[in-house]
Amino acid sequence: MTAVITRPEALLYDGVEWDYDKIKRVYDAVEHIALKEMGLDVYPNQIEVITAEQMLDAYSSIGMPLMYKHWSFGKHFARDEMMYRKGYRGLAYEIVINSSPCISYIMEENTMTMQTLVIAHAAFGHNHFFKNNQLFQQWTDAEGILDYLEFAKTYISHCEERYGHAAVERVLDAAHALMSQGVHKYPKKRSDLRTEQRRERERQEYQDQTFNDLWRTVPKPAAGQRPSKSVSERKKLLGLPEENILYFLEKKAPRLEHWQRELLRIVRHISQYFYPQKQTKVMNEGCATYVHYQIMSRLHETGQISEGAFLEFLHSHTSVVFQPEFDDKRFSGLNPYALGFAMMQDIARIAETPTDEDRQWFPDLAGRGDGMAAVREAWANFRDESFVLQYLSPHLMRKLKLFSVRDDAEDPYLLVDHIHNERGYRDIRKKLARQYDLGYLEPDIQIVDVDLAGDRKLILQHRVTNGVLLDEGDAKAVLRHIANLWGYEVQLIEVSAISEAILKEHAVTAPSGIGVV
Amino acid sequence: MNIIDRRLNPQGKSLANRQRFLRRAKEQVVKAVRDASGKRGIQDIENGEKVTIAAGGVREPSFHRASQGGVRDYVVPGNKEYVEGDTIQRPDGGGGGRGSEGSADGEGEDEFRFVLSRDEFLDIFLEDLELPDLVKQKVKQSESHTLTRAGYSVSGSPANLNLVRTMRNSLSRRIALKRPKRDEIREMEELLREAEESGEDAEQIQALREQLERIVLRSKRIPFIDPIDVRYNRFETVPKPIAQAVMFCLMDVSGSMTEHMKDLAKRFFMLLYLFLKRRYRSVDIVFIRHTHEAKEVDEETFFYSTETGGTVVSTALEEMQKVVQERYPHNEWNIYAAQASDGDNMSSDNAKSAALLRDAILPMCQYFAYIEVAAEHNMGLSALGRETELWRTYKQVQSPERPLAMRRVRSRREIFPVFRELFAREKAGA
Repeated sequence: MTAVITRPEALLYDGVEWDYDKIKRVYDAVEHIALKEMGLDVYPNQIEVITAEQMLDAYSSIGMPLMYKHWSFGKHFARDEMMYRKGYRGLAYEIVINSSPCISYIMEENTMTMQTLVIAHAAFGHNHFFKNNQLFQQWTDAEGILDYLEFAKTYISHCEERYGHAAVERVLDAAHALMSQGVHKYPKKRSDLRTEQRRERERQEYQDQTFNDLWRTVPKPAAGQRPSKSVSERKKLLGLPEENILYFLEKKAPRLEHWQRELLRIVRHISQYFYPQKQTKVMNEGCATYVHYQIMSRLHETGQISEGAFLEFLHSHTSVVFQPEFDDKRFSGLNPYALGFAMMQDIARIAETPTDEDRQWFPDLAGRGDGMAAVREAWANFRDESFVLQYLSPHLMRKLKLFSVRDDAEDPYLLVDHIHNERGYRDIRKKLARQYDLGYLEPDIQIVDVDLAGDRKLILQHRVTNGVLLDEGDAKAVLRHIANLWGYEVQLIEVSAISEAILKEHAVTAPSGIGVV
Repeated sequence: MNIIDRRLNPQGKSLANRQRFLRRAKEQVVKAVRDASGKRGIQDIENGEKVTIAAGGVREPSFHRASQGGVRDYVVPGNKEYVEGDTIQRPDGGGGGRGSEGSADGEGEDEFRFVLSRDEFLDIFLEDLELPDLVKQKVKQSESHTLTRAGYSVSGSPANLNLVRTMRNSLSRRIALKRPKRDEIREMEELLREAEESGEDAEQIQALREQLERIVLRSKRIPFIDPIDVRYNRFETVPKPIAQAVMFCLMDVSGSMTEHMKDLAKRFFMLLYLFLKRRYRSVDIVFIRHTHEAKEVDEETFFYSTETGGTVVSTALEEMQKVVQERYPHNEWNIYAAQASDGDNMSSDNAKSAALLRDAILPMCQYFAYIEVAAEHNMGLSALGRETELWRTYKQVQSPERPLAMRRVRSRREIFPVFRELFAREKAGA
């Protein structure tokens, strides 16, 4: 127990080296503050120590500890590795996975202060958010995700053995291209990944049991005999229009094999799992940053970490929440950490020490006391878009000196249409909220029509807002992928959302054989 | 809370993904490697190579909005002087940071850059090359043999008994002949004992006793293991292909060879060595340098010490012949030779060299490469058509059935291409 003699009684640790005892001590202290003082509610924690290379690994497979194999992950790894080795880019200090138990990765290179910060940030901040935000509660299945990924990995590698790498790769390529279009935005019921796994097995068994070669010999009705249904009737039968393209292809594409449909389903589930994270970037990071800041400050106040450690923490904290201004070389959009953290602090401030302006803008929130409860409430009930719309205060807009710019390709100049003044607050807030609205950010593409009895041409529609068309090269490539899955001609029409006028058309002819690129 | 140390987990989890990626980008990577190899020195081969490939083949497309056109709104921080209604000069190329938001999440890059490891680089570089006459024609006569498993036989030494096969045969025979199982016998004994104890029906006891006798007898008649069950592992002797090669490096070190020329020669030798190393389990190298007399030396001396004297090529060939006779019997070794020279030779020696090469050296060699090095800035008289003494001499020896190849190299850049030319798959040699 020599260590106790050299450090003051209250300090949790001393120096930069970490070991398991220190981590345990720190974890207990952090847990005490997080649960008892801040009232957080978290999944059980699992902390895993990994090396830099493993961190790169995790990066390239979208942060998940296990993932099926695909060349695109290899590509990301190759690039990240080069960036890292050349020193262009550092590594994240942590990765956290929305699962139960909640897994946080910490890197062996980190100092003890960094490990403390990571525990506070990931194991409590993100963890609390994952467990309590309504989007995550509604959309993701934290208990099931790791098992499901295991299933997906095994299933895909079986497919590779059985049908060949190339065939599997073609389907996965196409599915990845459509990942953003593979999400149910209005879930019918909470998806349970374990049930999904079981259902896939049952489907397979049912098919095996009921297989009857006789069906093949049933004569097909001659073409033209079938009464052609009215357009609205056939759309209704197919559930059109449908914005979840992957779902539609999985269910309705006439020429896919069972396993190909299953691959689409796997990619779709994974995409769905990440959908809430895409919608809560600012809040999620804001929450974690706010939590780590509070916890570290408390540890410092109560004399559990040294001045030196606190300074080290402040150094990395300030670089995380640094927001370059628009004319700065380093500017690349609003930093979600900075905005999130600033808003959380602002909410607590309004709840505890409001100004007259705040009382006017936030009558329910201002002066209610207990800032922590107020932010917890915000974390539970909002996503980025509604969060900004609800909580961005004039005070913060002035602090960040926000202004909005309109870029009309027709005009030679950019127009500053609102600044942080009395007239501009509401508009800036509305516009900023919009920048975080996925429904607005991502192009609105839907499958609108297909005549299954006729030429089976699949027709997609992009409803163009503000005259911004799709990137042509990529759109064509994705259409090619869709055509490979669908098996027949595919057409994409870009129409103006306002006038319904057709602005542009893309078409891809049917592939000569299924899956032929 | 659990803390788990994952640091010792197997590394290289991404290897499978990387291989898939390289396979996917194969065409472009091969092209990039070819381009890159022309520019690099051999010592760089120790490092990986950064290659840049067009992003086309490994692009991951998605539906996203174009970066140009339409009306866009941005909210940005850091207003200093603007008031409502101000106009701002459009930044070039949508820059000033705002453009990056406009391009959404699409990958705007046209090129993809990453690092190939040394092995990957060499694999791809050497992929379509092969050694001429890779296997000695005389392999059949070679002394060394090795035993290889070759199925099963019904006879053999007890040490080679294959237990699994034997027991499997035994089991199937026992099942086929319905040999009573031990449990059945025990059950029958139990029944008999019960019947005897209760002392009931004497007739039934008798029947049971007979039945028991029958099955015991049957189990004795059908042995547990019969000689026909027994199988042995069978081995066959096969001649072992020669997996060793020796590489002779011959170099003229007379005064006319400059450092630059030696450097070129060294690079070529190294490349040949790397190449041989990947094909053979063991590769020996013999360095022979010569002026007017030849000597076998170590590598250091070979490249770095200078010597003065005339140039008599035949001495080196003789020395090589001697070393082969002493240490590398040519029916057991694959013999490769590379000779580097600036092309000078004493006129009186030419005839002798040609004869030696034709009658002694080439017949025992798998391959003989002659590299004529020239000064970099000397536009190369040879390049203009005037041939050196040695070149002319060797040219006479050259014929399609002889494994002799000749190339001229003037600068480092040419080493890789020349090497590739020499060992290109279809047709080796000039």
